[in-house]
Amino acid sequence: MAPRTVAPFGPQHPVLPEPIQLKITYEDEKVVNVVPALGYGHRGIEKACEINEYPKNIHLCERICGICSCMHGISYCEVVERLWPMEVPPRAKYLRTIWSEMSRTHSHLLWLGLLADALGFESMFMQFWRIREKVLDLLEMTCGSRVTQSVSVVGGVRRDIDDEQKKICIRTLQEVRKEVEALVNVLATDPTVKARTVGVGVLTKEQAILLGNNGPHLRASGVKEDCRMLGMQAYGELGFEPIVETDGDCYARALVRAREALQAIDLQLEAFSKMPEGEIFVRPKGSPPANEAVYRCEQARGEVFYYAKGNGTRNLERLRVRTPTFANIPSLLVMLPGSELADVPIIVLSIDPCISCTER
Amino acid sequence: MGIIQTSQVKSPWILHFCNSSCNGCDIEVLACLTPLYDVERFGLVNMGNPKHADVMVVTGPVNYRTARVLKNLYNQIPDPKMVIAVGACASTGGVFHNCYNIMGGVDKVIPVDVYVPGCAARPEAIIDGVVLALQKLSKAVGVAK
Repeated sequence: MAPRTVAPFGPQHPVLPEPIQLKITYEDEKVVNVVPALGYGHRGIEKACEINEYPKNIHLCERICGICSCMHGISYCEVVERLWPMEVPPRAKYLRTIWSEMSRTHSHLLWLGLLADALGFESMFMQFWRIREKVLDLLEMTCGSRVTQSVSVVGGVRRDIDDEQKKICIRTLQEVRKEVEALVNVLATDPTVKARTVGVGVLTKEQAILLGNNGPHLRASGVKEDCRMLGMQAYGELGFEPIVETDGDCYARALVRAREALQAIDLQLEAFSKMPEGEIFVRPKGSPPANEAVYRCEQARGEVFYYAKGNGTRNLERLRVRTPTFANIPSLLVMLPGSELADVPIIVLSIDPCISCTER
Repeated sequence: MGIIQTSQVKSPWILHFCNSSCNGCDIEVLACLTPLYDVERFGLVNMGNPKHADVMVVTGPVNYRTARVLKNLYNQIPDPKMVIAVGACASTGGVFHNCYNIMGGVDKVIPVDVYVPGCAARPEAIIDGVVLALQKLSKAVGVAK
């Protein structure tokens, strides 16, 4: 038996900008064991949400993660609305759906770029990020900011999309769709990409269910599970069908995210065509009552779970967030052992880890 | 002045470190390297190795666990070096100032040369911060920029 080496992978490492440490035991080039060490990104947001008044928590929740920030803000607003409970105007629901899908598009394009970068496919990385800038421009035009949108408030949304902006959005999204489609064709058929990803980091359906995985990661293992099927916001009226692949390897996970990026654009276009006229905001009355509520939202990385407990004051008694990456990290302990050292970055990346979400 | 001093200013290499940032500034730092902003045309290259770096770009507030890592990385960068704190959190602690695990801005642990405002800091602002840092660096190495 070859001697075993334990090497720390992180917190400063070349795959992700974020601090996560994996203590990896190698036997020559083969990985035998992995122990994740977390805590580098912990800030204590849940506790801070009890100190701040409930409307101010929107900004804090949006900064749980900068990539999925729009959907964190929306999820927080939805869970607080469920405390009363109160109903949001239909146009606000559609706007929330549009912005959710827009941020899903940019998040998946970002991930596809990072995957290409991890494979050493530098030009594709640049292409995906070039297209992503167009989506960010749309977000900036409609929300006023590239990264943290802050459009959702308790009771509705702060901004409306007028006809002029709607036209620009539809035109740009159609362009983006064509460009993404062309690139995805290259990604899906390129022999070098296939050689690096097919059969790498396989997770079977049974393992994925047993480990409680979620999101695109779970759907790539052949499980049809997506929170958007619950029909919250405007998804119930948009004829949504989750995208499923069955192979459970890195290639399948890339395909699921690539197809979801295209699907997200279709959903936005459909939502634009069906969006009703009307109010976008109703003022909530008083403080959140002594009540508790939960909300599940499908983010780009998987299911996020919000729990809120009010006590009749302007502060929440408790806010609990369970993020998708937290559920997906255990699958690394199954996928990594047995793999080559050079495949570790791709397998780690294939769960689309978001450490700042996980540790808050 | 030698070729090393000149190239330090003309082609500074960057070490990007994320403390406990929300990712917002991190993706904007990465966006600087991609076609729309493309800082590589100024000779800026993103490095994973602190011993290759001249400029340290730090995002996010310092918490009690990353403080040691941050100090460690800073000490490994050869002199003269510049530290850029990107974003409101890295400058002061930002929205996380009252979180229990946050020490505050990057300057609580290591000396900072340039502060870039914004939440998240825009790529234009980050490029501006890098240019300011290079002016300071050229003074430090004695090269006319």
